[in-house]
Amino acid sequence: MKITINGKDTLIGENPERTIGSLLEELEVPQRLYVTVEQNGDILDRAAYETAPVNEGDVIEFLYFMGGGR
Amino acid sequence: MLTETQIERYSRHIMLKEVGGKGQQKLFDGRVLIIGAGGLGSPIALYLAAAGIGTIGIADADDVDLSNLQRQVIHRTCDIGRPKVESAREKMEAINPELKVITYQEWISAANINRVIAGYDFVIDGTDNFAAKFLINDACVLAGKPYSHGGILQFDGQTITIMPKESACYRCIFPEPPPKDAIPTCSQAGVIGVLPGVIGTIQATEALKFLLGKGHLLTDRLLTYNALRMKFREVPLKRKQTCPVCGDHPTIIEVHDELDAMTVCDLKRS
Repeated sequence: MKITINGKDTLIGENPERTIGSLLEELEVPQRLYVTVEQNGDILDRAAYETAPVNEGDVIEFLYFMGGGR
Repeated sequence: MLTETQIERYSRHIMLKEVGGKGQQKLFDGRVLIIGAGGLGSPIALYLAAAGIGTIGIADADDVDLSNLQRQVIHRTCDIGRPKVESAREKMEAINPELKVITYQEWISAANINRVIAGYDFVIDGTDNFAAKFLINDACVLAGKPYSHGGILQFDGQTITIMPKESACYRCIFPEPPPKDAIPTCSQAGVIGVLPGVIGTIQATEALKFLLGKGHLLTDRLLTYNALRMKFREVPLKRKQTCPVCGDHPTIIEVHDELDAMTVCDLKRS
């Protein structure tokens, strides 16, 4: 199925069990313990990662910590 | 009223219909605080001084180090060992002697942030650690003070402007700081020297637009930049009802230091 991740169309296998949490692992997303996930415009609570399903056409953004500046 | 010399100095601003004489006067009456006189703070301070922001505060407790000079373009080799705020003040005043530069040679903490940000129209985060970034967010949101967030690492940068209680804040995106040392810093992982120039200049632009009341601020969208791919992206955001500081039922009602996010280095400093 097709989803959009950080602006890129991405094909992933069908998996009705897939959650945001398992997607993070599947895609080996960096900083996955700390990454913020926005799904279709809503920032998810971290507690929802393990239950939020991933659906065809989802627009997903991974937002990363960037702490530098000096 | 602008003097004849000021009209000449700011002529390229004044001829812009979005600025004009009135806008230039607004800039001159404006008060902007820059927290951090380093990578991001350097271009911000230089451009805001050149633009004629009448009062600029700059806060940093550090001294200039040789390893800063690859990116912190406000400092010179001869400034090594001097307080960064003094080095920055000197350059800003050399560009524009009409400004009032206020220096704060101290680390920003819960104990002093409310005092420091009071009296400024706009705050710019040019700090290099999560404890400071979360503290600035909380203090500005609680005080209703508009501010620009900026973060950089290696070849990546991101920035967003926060209009408290109107647009998404930093905690809407990241409810709490990562544990200390979980995310590398520029001193551990490096940063390409031009990167703070790009992000800092965008932050300075937001301060100018805010004071002028022109254009669209970078609110409710996180602008991300990758220098290697030379790509800018905008992630649309909205205020989160459950945000711990700007949400409907906030749990953060006064500023506090995020001790878990402080590095040993920060703790030594404070």
